[in-house]
Amino acid sequence: MAQSAVPATGTSAIAPISAKAIAPWAVFFGILMLVLLYFVGAEQGATALISGEGVHEWVHDGRHLLGFPCH
Amino acid sequence: MNSISVRALLVRGMLAGLIAGAFALAVAYFLGESHVDAAIALEEAHSHDHGGGEELVSRTMQATGGLATGVLVFGVAVGGIAALVFCYALGRIGDFGPRATAALIAGAALLAVYIVPFLKYPANPPAVGDPDTIGERTALFFLMVALSVLLAVAAVIIGRRLAPRLGNWNATVAAAAGFVLLIGLAYAFLPSFDEVGKDFPAGLLWEFRLSTLAVQVTLWSVFGVVFGYLTERLLTPSALAATSRTASAVN
Repeated sequence: MAQSAVPATGTSAIAPISAKAIAPWAVFFGILMLVLLYFVGAEQGATALISGEGVHEWVHDGRHLLGFPCH
Repeated sequence: MNSISVRALLVRGMLAGLIAGAFALAVAYFLGESHVDAAIALEEAHSHDHGGGEELVSRTMQATGGLATGVLVFGVAVGGIAALVFCYALGRIGDFGPRATAALIAGAALLAVYIVPFLKYPANPPAVGDPDTIGERTALFFLMVALSVLLAVAAVIIGRRLAPRLGNWNATVAAAAGFVLLIGLAYAFLPSFDEVGKDFPAGLLWEFRLSTLAVQVTLWSVFGVVFGYLTERLLTPSALAATSRTASAVN
């Protein structure tokens, strides 16, 4: 594939990656990334999956300086 | 293009996000921390029941390890998401190469994920914000982020649809105007919060908010440049032809 494509294509016109190829990565990693963002941005603020205040206190300064509502 | 290149792009997005996070961390530490400290000093001077004396995490740890955890994880996570967006946008949003596409996505993300929500629900330092409304404020903040991102995506799709009829420039202007109009309506109709204490210094609030903006501008600028460099090297045919050995190593 790559060898035949190199001389044929010019400097422009990049072939889009098919949605089917992206979908599994988008679903798995998209959700994983959103879970990470939840723990940095919102856990033990308005909602809590883990009891206590350890997560909130640990990322407290990051939460304020990244612009999330903290408390 | 197969799923291997999605993986390669995702890895590069997360790496670029980590590097961008490191730069943003430096800005947050050197520009932002003094304002957080000043706000906490005010908070403790006014209320005596905060925390009850026993600290779960010390201020030093919050300002170093805690801050680093927050900003770096944020960088990796948004870098990964931006890379997935890049995978779909590349070759679909117009005649842009990898580097230009990466720069456009970084700029659009800064605008849609941070600046637009920030203008309605700006970042608050400690001591600002009523703890009783945290649920409402959190929900509305994330609603504003979601609305802004969805409207930005819609604007891009509509702009692409209009382009054949109106030309690229006019289609872009029309789509952007539609975005601004709908965001303006959201600003007008969503509830606002004015919870800044009367004796909280206006200068400190302004400096704190500017520093949060500097953190995000740094994060997305560095991400756009680094991710653009990495994707250009990975995807451009000339780079592939020049270094066929590294290309086969990637696959």
